[in-house]
Amino acid sequence: MANHSNGNSNHTESSFKIPPIKFTKLFINGDFVDSVSGKTLDTIDPRTGEVITKVSLGDAEDIDLAVKAARQAFDHGPWPRMSGSERGLIMLKFADLIEKNADELAALDAVNGGKVFALCKVIDVAEASKALRYYAGAADKIHGTVLKLSKGLHGYTLREPIGVVGSIIPWNFPTVMFFMKTAPALAAGCTIVLKPAEQTPLSALYYAHLAKLAGVPDGVLNVVNGHGHTTGAAISSHMDIDKVTFTGSTEVGRKIMTAAAASNLKPVSLELGGKSPLLIFDDADIDQAAEIAFRALFFNKGEICVASSRVFVQEGIYEKIEKKLIEKAKATVVGDPFDPKVHQGPQTDKKQFEKILSYIELGKREGATLLTGGNRVGQKGYYIEPTIFANVKDDMTIAREEIFGPVMSLMKFRTMEEVIKRANDTTYGLAAGIITKNLNVANTVSRSIRAGVIWINCYTAFDVDCPYGGYKMSGFGRDYGLDALNQYLQTKSVVTPVVDSPWY
Amino acid sequence: MAAASRISSLLSRSLASSTSSSLISKGRIYGVGRSVVCGYTTAAALEKPITPSVKVTYTKLLINGDYVDSASGKTFPTYDPRTGDVIAHVAEGDAEDINRAVSAARKAFDEGPWPKTTAYERSRVLFKFADLIDQHTEELATLETWDNGKPYEQAAKVELPMISRLIRYYAGWADKIHGLTVPADSPHLVQTIHEPIGVAGQIIPWNFPLLMFAWKVAPALACGNTVVVKTAEQTPLSALYAAKLLQEAGIPAGVVNVVSGYGPTAGAALASHMQVDKLAFTGSTETGKIVLQLAAKTNLKPVTLELGGKSPFIVCKDADVDKAVELAHFALFFNQGQCCCAGSRTYVHESVYDEFLEKAKARALKRSVGDPFVAGIEQGPQIDSEQFEKIMKYIRSGVESGATLETGGERIGDKGYYIQPTVFSNVNENMLISKDEIFGPVQSILKFKDINEVIRRANTTTYGLAAGVFTQDIDTANTLTRALKVGTVWVNCYDVFDAAIPFGGYKMSGQGREKGIHCLSNYLQVKAVVTPLKDPAWI
Repeated sequence: MANHSNGNSNHTESSFKIPPIKFTKLFINGDFVDSVSGKTLDTIDPRTGEVITKVSLGDAEDIDLAVKAARQAFDHGPWPRMSGSERGLIMLKFADLIEKNADELAALDAVNGGKVFALCKVIDVAEASKALRYYAGAADKIHGTVLKLSKGLHGYTLREPIGVVGSIIPWNFPTVMFFMKTAPALAAGCTIVLKPAEQTPLSALYYAHLAKLAGVPDGVLNVVNGHGHTTGAAISSHMDIDKVTFTGSTEVGRKIMTAAAASNLKPVSLELGGKSPLLIFDDADIDQAAEIAFRALFFNKGEICVASSRVFVQEGIYEKIEKKLIEKAKATVVGDPFDPKVHQGPQTDKKQFEKILSYIELGKREGATLLTGGNRVGQKGYYIEPTIFANVKDDMTIAREEIFGPVMSLMKFRTMEEVIKRANDTTYGLAAGIITKNLNVANTVSRSIRAGVIWINCYTAFDVDCPYGGYKMSGFGRDYGLDALNQYLQTKSVVTPVVDSPWY
Repeated sequence: MAAASRISSLLSRSLASSTSSSLISKGRIYGVGRSVVCGYTTAAALEKPITPSVKVTYTKLLINGDYVDSASGKTFPTYDPRTGDVIAHVAEGDAEDINRAVSAARKAFDEGPWPKTTAYERSRVLFKFADLIDQHTEELATLETWDNGKPYEQAAKVELPMISRLIRYYAGWADKIHGLTVPADSPHLVQTIHEPIGVAGQIIPWNFPLLMFAWKVAPALACGNTVVVKTAEQTPLSALYAAKLLQEAGIPAGVVNVVSGYGPTAGAALASHMQVDKLAFTGSTETGKIVLQLAAKTNLKPVTLELGGKSPFIVCKDADVDKAVELAHFALFFNQGQCCCAGSRTYVHESVYDEFLEKAKARALKRSVGDPFVAGIEQGPQIDSEQFEKIMKYIRSGVESGATLETGGERIGDKGYYIQPTVFSNVNENMLISKDEIFGPVQSILKFKDINEVIRRANTTTYGLAAGVFTQDIDTANTLTRALKVGTVWVNCYDVFDAAIPFGGYKMSGQGREKGIHCLSNYLQVKAVVTPLKDPAWI
């Protein structure tokens, strides 16, 4: 079983002190306010299951207030009326402020989401500044096109901000998701009502505070904490929201799209679940392949929508890969995410924790071989051992459903044609990985897998310039890259006759 | 837009009514000074030039990260155009110094960290550079005015903000330089990779020394190139200062090299250097021809040229005459008339011609000329004695060829290179003053009858840099826009110079475009990568 630095212990092994929680209310129209109902929500430390603090609990009425502020800021406020370069300057300042507060922000996500503090700081928080800077640089490069129309007409397109954006984000990457949605929307000139996940509201509120310090005008960015079925539903069915962008489960994505359709037909982009295949071919370097495969699933305790939860290994090297993966799982230190020795923190909440353990039971019951792990770690908090199943069949539940935890399914394959077919045999299509030295295999598989991102000899190689999103029931629309701007822009065509032109 | 509104607030002379609070506070000083400098300033006002509040620190060549003497040890004087006095002696670069600079740039490109730095890191260095420019606006603008003679307020409030803005614009491009995946006719994967072109040689003029430095250096660096810049011999100072800030921002040694010197020596050495991969030049058409020939005779390096102009400014019959007068005045007289895109042929429809002429003359008479360090001054001295003499010669030519000198035509004072704002009427296309680029404060007003006629006449020039169109009629605007053979058409505005707007010429005004997305291609190579696909799921 895995090493663990004892999930029960508090963070005595860490020299880092968790800062006092400064922001717990709703952020509406530039101010931190209580919810209309006065209700609050306990936010939990997954290391212990204990309450960190209470935050204001938003509901439909609070969403109404936030939308009103965002509507006013969009229809009459300065934000969409500034030049892209002026918006960019404010976003650059926002990025600098995040960098200055990186420790505190990383600590909030670590204590609230069970994320490894050191990684959170250099990955999640650094990525936030990077995304802001990237889209700051894009704000003044939103080009329409001048058209080549039939004789006698001149035309061009304007790409206008779409309006008030509703953003609903998940709890696995509270910081990254916040900026994946917010940075391009701000660059486009939109105003935003964002609902963070009820599990992880703390960093979002801090970002709202920094946005104000950076000079984002009141009403442009509003943050309303709350539950999906109340606050989230109020966003997706709101008649005065022009666009909804959501990252989360496929099940909830379907509800959001239904609510959008039933209300004002607002366009929706969805980044949903996955059951992403990683294909390791015989010609792969064993050490490199095992390392990539291990991180591809266990990064962020398996709570990542692109997790390579189906690892297909070609039969020639299967045994060796399996052995290496078991070694890596056993060497993983599970424990307090503030401890610098720890690789894996607790799952985000009790519900997830129980769901993952039930999938592990299901895997055993359906006949998969449990190679390592499978148990909770300690008696307190939501820690789970890195778990690997072998002899997983394509039709087993653990090979079909998104587990969202540290549970890897290993499968064996013989030929490329076979593995392409099996890899595509899923309702999802978010990501895929290929490990091979063969150029033809890499190219053929890349085009054959129906997924939004293909990583060849790497995995989770995210980059803000790289568009990201799903095929099939993993969603539609793209985050990141210049493609993400499309989510937040309308295209308007302008056409007029032109007389006596020397050319057409 | 912001830059444009800043320019228009300066051109309108109504500084006090500007929305910017800093301009309002300046406006009070301006109001006092105005009684002294209103109209052509008196010689007395020029006798005691204000002593600039900046020390000239950088006078050597910047090669491989160090400020060094020239190989020959020679220096040349750079002059204050207000007085003709020497400001400083500057190291004079020649072929040997260009060799050293190119060799440093070559090494920095081939081995050095810059092209191997991530695009994100390059963007951060450029963002930092822009911040440093903002922090040193006063020193830079002072050097610019001292060395060039342009109004300090223009340098500090218009040009410096445009410079940092443009640098940030290209910083934002660094991590968005995209190639394409290309559809193929057969089972092939086709990609285009945009690679930095290598060592860029950049030769810049004296009319906007620092702005031209930024136009050249920022896109080249964003793309991952290394550069050797030759500044104009009239104005070497601000670029040397800015290069220091670039180093402070984190540009590695050898990536940016600045060589002061003359065109026939240092400039020619750069244009004909076998190790320079690309050349960008802004200056006269005459010199542009030489530069292009040198590139052709040596290593066929691609060249972009931004050259002279004789840009028409067309005032149609439905124009708001007062606005047209103000804008036409600005289009020509801005920066002492030393703009390649100066609206130097003002075409006015016959129905508004008399009114326009009278008001244009009155506006020129009101133009305040004097020490460019004095607040509220609209026009300083011309850059140097050579330009000064050339402009005076053109004024005499205008009179001799039968144009009517409505106002101006004389030098101001007996020291420095000040010229009265000058307006000619009854100008026709056969006169030298409507054919040649004068590059001074000399407005030529021509009368026209109908649209087709003015299109023909406006296009009767070897140049094609820019044009202004003043009309409220949508069809007239669209027709003129398409019919004029120029790189920029400003409709009901002029000299709007956003970072994102491409700028460059048709015909003998040059080739290629600077600014905007288009400038990136000047500094990139395109590599097509093709490989067969085996059993692809789709083509």
